[in-house]
Amino acid sequence: MLKAIESSEITKTFGATKALDNISFSVNESEVFGFIGPDGAGKTTLFRIITTLMLPDEGTMKVLGMDCKSEYKELRKNIGYMPGRFSLYQDLSVEENLNFYATVFGTTVEENYELISDIYSHIEPFKKRLAGKLSGGMKQKLALSCALIHKPRLLVLDEPTTGVDAVSRSEFWDMLGKLRQHNITIIVSTPYMDEAIRCDKVALLQNGRILSIDTPQKIRAGFSRKLFAVKSVEKYRLIKTLRKNPEILTAYPFGDSVHVTFINNTLDNCLFEYLAKEGIGDAVIQELEAGIEDRFLELMNKER
Amino acid sequence: MMGNKVITVRNLVKKFGSFVANDNLNFEVSAGEIFGFLGANGAGKTTTIRILSGLSKPTSGEVKVAGFDAYRQTENIKKNIGYMCQKFSLYEDLTVKENIVLFGGIYGMSKSLIRERLVELLANLRFQEYENRIISDLPLGLRQKLAFSVAVLHEPRIVFLDEPTGGVDPITRRQFWEMIYEKAASGITVFVTTHYMDEAEYCDRISIMSEGKIVALDSPEKLKKQYNAPTVEEVFIKIARP
Amino acid sequence: MKRFLGFVKKEFLHIFRDYRTLFILFGIPAAQILIFGYAVSTDIKNAGVAILDLSHDEVTQKLTDKIFSSGFFKKTETLLNYNNIDKVFKKGKTKAVIVFEDDFGKKLISEGKASLNIIADGSEPNTATLITNYTTAIMNDFTNEFAGSVLNNSIRISPELKMLYNPNLKSHFMFVPGVVTLILILICALMTSVTITREKEFGTMEVLLVSPLRPIQIILGKVTPYFILSFINVLLILGLSWLVFGLPVKGSITLLLAECMLYILMSLTLGILISTVSKNMQQAIFISLIGLMLPTILLSGFIFPIENMPKIYDYVSSIMPPRYFIVIIKNIMIKGTGLMYIWKETLILIIMTLVFIGLSVRKFKIRLE
Repeated sequence: MLKAIESSEITKTFGATKALDNISFSVNESEVFGFIGPDGAGKTTLFRIITTLMLPDEGTMKVLGMDCKSEYKELRKNIGYMPGRFSLYQDLSVEENLNFYATVFGTTVEENYELISDIYSHIEPFKKRLAGKLSGGMKQKLALSCALIHKPRLLVLDEPTTGVDAVSRSEFWDMLGKLRQHNITIIVSTPYMDEAIRCDKVALLQNGRILSIDTPQKIRAGFSRKLFAVKSVEKYRLIKTLRKNPEILTAYPFGDSVHVTFINNTLDNCLFEYLAKEGIGDAVIQELEAGIEDRFLELMNKER
Repeated sequence: MMGNKVITVRNLVKKFGSFVANDNLNFEVSAGEIFGFLGANGAGKTTTIRILSGLSKPTSGEVKVAGFDAYRQTENIKKNIGYMCQKFSLYEDLTVKENIVLFGGIYGMSKSLIRERLVELLANLRFQEYENRIISDLPLGLRQKLAFSVAVLHEPRIVFLDEPTGGVDPITRRQFWEMIYEKAASGITVFVTTHYMDEAEYCDRISIMSEGKIVALDSPEKLKKQYNAPTVEEVFIKIARP
Repeated sequence: MKRFLGFVKKEFLHIFRDYRTLFILFGIPAAQILIFGYAVSTDIKNAGVAILDLSHDEVTQKLTDKIFSSGFFKKTETLLNYNNIDKVFKKGKTKAVIVFEDDFGKKLISEGKASLNIIADGSEPNTATLITNYTTAIMNDFTNEFAGSVLNNSIRISPELKMLYNPNLKSHFMFVPGVVTLILILICALMTSVTITREKEFGTMEVLLVSPLRPIQIILGKVTPYFILSFINVLLILGLSWLVFGLPVKGSITLLLAECMLYILMSLTLGILISTVSKNMQQAIFISLIGLMLPTILLSGFIFPIENMPKIYDYVSSIMPPRYFIVIIKNIMIKGTGLMYIWKETLILIIMTLVFIGLSVRKFKIRLE
């Protein structure tokens, strides 16, 4: 299979900060590849190098078979880019924005309409509205349409779901899923760990380094211990109590439960009694499969 | 924990011209409660928070914050609350210490009290080496934790947090929430908005706003039962797309 | 009180940590004093004067020597008759022609008075008035000396002033062309300087870069609408000055409009150049408004003639486009000259425009750093 992106030992430094440290990975054609990591992990910097907007200090990057440094002119014609903050013309209407990007890429809205029809249909009733007056979810859909309108071979989406409500986020990933049938390679960056499972492959990024690259399932399976979820009504007390327990290795709040691992990797039978003694009588403990975020936390701790 | 109401909102309406940003809101928040305020952007959350923090006056309805009236006693409200918003919280070109001293002064705290809290704060966050570093040099996670500490420096009765953990790494996010839990346990009411659905679960109660109205208000557990959903995210989706 | 002081302290810290604010606070006043001190002068120095001596006697010779040894005037030409006065002014170096009438010396001795005509370039009324005053002073000086040595006391040499091109000495003949020059460059440079930096600030530039658009297309694409609209602007301004101030266009209107469009094009491309080097809109506005405005007003010859300034200002002014355009516009509007007399200035503007476009394309960042 042809590689859509081949990155080798990419390093990028800004002043005293190493934004990217020896990043190597490859993306297959037609894959949906996610880069997961918090702010400052290096996602935007990496995407800017991929889209030829920045040059790496060291390393090589081949995108769609072209070198990101010397063949940038040709490469730019084949990429659909949606940067953070969506970058739409706030004082142009939905329609005008779309037409502009179509023209700039030497095509028309009609030519590739079937590619964006699912997405655009949500905002078409608002096509005369100024982009600045759209809600976050609608801006997102418009920006995606503009990035797709010229049928790029590679779609680069930098934090397309940040700051957008949960429902729109979910819908967005549904739309991305439908794009697979058009053989477009898609790379997405996001700080939301739960979005990782929507990708074919995922790279976990932290402080400019890749902690892990694999399919979401394999990353989860990489969790090295048994994981347990402990629930109680008194969440704060539960966390503090669990942390005091000498048998417990890690205890992290995860929504309505606390994910714990044990030093000797088995459920301590005395845990219930211990909790009851500390005043928590309603604890419920269950073993569960590790999620991406659990694995991320484990890897982060290893790095420290 | 229950019983002592620090926020009372009855039939709150806020209009901007003919646009109704808040449409007849009703809720109460108790002392020491962690109250999550959810909803899509543009649903009206920021408008409500601005009214509750004394920055804006309601169009109609009754609003009492820390016992003060939101129409006539906004200055008193401001003295009794802490505020941390995503866009700005600390002065980027000042040092950690300068920011703390500045805000302490603004809150009207005595020099000795400021000094005391400064030492405490630096110890709690394990920040001692950063005392004289400029804010813009610090990583995001540290800045957010510091911003929160500064917002509660004067031990207000209520603190308003607007998307405080946006983009922060998972470990720091959790540490942040433990700081929130600690403060709530000491009696400070925390009013927080967030887009992270798992953080909604940390709250005692959450409300979901949509198009100016409150469409759900209860504890996460009760809401999940009511909508037959395993997570708050599912509740959110079910409400938005019934 | 404590709060207040704490707040004041913070403000001081902000100021001292931002070098830009310090520059505005201290750098600009210092620069202004220096510029104002030297550039603004209501004296004349080396004003170009031509002599038309119809008398050629000892008296006129003495007067001529006295005039040119005063240091205020510089001899440009000696004329033989009235025919070439117009041409002499159009060349631009001569600001006034002093005419000694026939039998000047004889009349002075026999009748006690003789007349002296000063024909001045009315497109610079300030200079013309100054020249008249200085000449009068020199004449008075001379008559006092002369009277004492040769004749009885009451002799008078009365200079009569005639303004060419501007008979009523309307000051807006000086102002309006200057204001047009100033406004056009400021507005045009400001408009285009903001447009590129705005895209950078709002992030839309990123998407434009990752597209088939070439820098030259982006640049020309931004200049074109402003160019078309500015043309309408020019018509408006010229129309208003004609209607309200009665300012005529003595020369060819087509030539005037063509030169205006050239100037506008130059200003627009200057704005583009500014925006390629500005990091954000604030910087762009600062440079195009404040950076351009003061030097243009003070150093382009708009109000204060360049000849009166120290040599160094002359050099600085020579890289400023408005200096050349003022000459062009005054020549066409007030003196009615054709391209022949202003080809040098026109060529300079053309070269500047090409240089700005070339530099803009080169400095246009095709990447984000």
